[in-house]
Amino acid sequence: MAIVNRGFVGRRDRDARRLPPGQYTTLDFPVLSSEPTPSVAPEGWMLAVQSADHRAATFTWEQFQDMPHDDITTDIHCVTRWSKFDTRWRGVSFDTLLQALPWEPAPYVMAHCHGGYTANVPLADLVGGRGWIADTYDGEPLAAEHGGPARLLVPHLYFWKSAKWVRRLRFMTEDAPGFWEERGYHMYGDPWREQRYS
Amino acid sequence: MTTWHLTTVTSVVDITPTARTLRLALPEAIHALPGQHVDIRLTAEDGYSTARAYSLSDVRETRSVEVTVERLHDGEVSPYLVDVVEPGDPLEISDPHGFWFTWPSGDDRPVQLIGGGSGIAPLMSMIRSREVEAPQTPFSLVYSVRSPDRVYYRDEFRQLIDHRRMDVHLIHTRVGPENATRPPGRLTADELAGLTLDPATSPTVFICGPNRFVENCAQWMVDAGHDRTRIRTERFGE
Repeated sequence: MAIVNRGFVGRRDRDARRLPPGQYTTLDFPVLSSEPTPSVAPEGWMLAVQSADHRAATFTWEQFQDMPHDDITTDIHCVTRWSKFDTRWRGVSFDTLLQALPWEPAPYVMAHCHGGYTANVPLADLVGGRGWIADTYDGEPLAAEHGGPARLLVPHLYFWKSAKWVRRLRFMTEDAPGFWEERGYHMYGDPWREQRYS
Repeated sequence: MTTWHLTTVTSVVDITPTARTLRLALPEAIHALPGQHVDIRLTAEDGYSTARAYSLSDVRETRSVEVTVERLHDGEVSPYLVDVVEPGDPLEISDPHGFWFTWPSGDDRPVQLIGGGSGIAPLMSMIRSREVEAPQTPFSLVYSVRSPDRVYYRDEFRQLIDHRRMDVHLIHTRVGPENATRPPGRLTADELAGLTLDPATSPTVFICGPNRFVENCAQWMVDAGHDRTRIRTERFGE
């Protein structure tokens, strides 16, 4: 149903190569969060990683800091239609994290967060330099409202997949819906294919 | 895929110097929950198209919905919706979205609403639905607004207050009304605790507004003893 809104011109500053369909650019860094911001001190933070057959590995904040970190400059795309170009992060890649695990990973990952939020991501989307646990934004420790001390960073998917306040990664043999995926949002969330809603 | 519905603008009402309420009629029924939002898509003559999310402020009808749009200084869509659109114009909206910041109509547990600025819109949807679906459910509202002329839905709030339908606490941050006993200023933790329902009554708390406002209020409610799992937030802006 193609309609025309009489008198609407709109801005034409969008970069079609960089801006996925239906998105607009923002210079702000909007905060989207469904609950009060959890307060998690880095010293008390620990990342638990759980295999599909219930074996566990844990990393303290100190151990996590000792792992090799990458600098990442990337565009991010929120399902609420803003995109932000050239955001600067630092974090541990999933490639690095997997090397530190004493067991083989399974093909799907559920991120569990302080506050109860969850997000599912296929492992294939986290490896090969495409997924990180980020602890730094724009040269500063990641602020609590943006997911600090640490959050997932999966910039090629809609940003609800980049779960804030991550504390546990659970590997799964089959995909399962997370918080928003159970509430009408797409299981995968590719911004270039506008996979917003299920 | 996003499903787009063709609606017709049936009325436009300027409710503040910067905000306008639009009522949109739908050819087919949609069932939205109080607190949900829709995307509104605009298309130019040459096919250029863009969309933004707006909270629904009234979902009591199924063949029409209401949004209230605040004109953003540097906006691309909001100035068109506030200044240009006229009754009779077509407007495309998405299905309603958001299944978290929603009030289950008919729920009889107490509800504490806290709104800042245009964040009152989805809360108003809850208030209006409560009036028809669960009029006995305890509702309380704290509404922070810059000055009296920026109050949305002023007449309805006046009626709710006059008929003692619910507690409505208006907080003026920059300019107060005449005869005000409270000097204008930002809400504080102590003030919020004094104006909101007792945590012992376990209210569901909905907070919507600019991010900093929501961040502060959510933290203050947790500090005041509210269960953080009963607090739901919706934020806009940086």
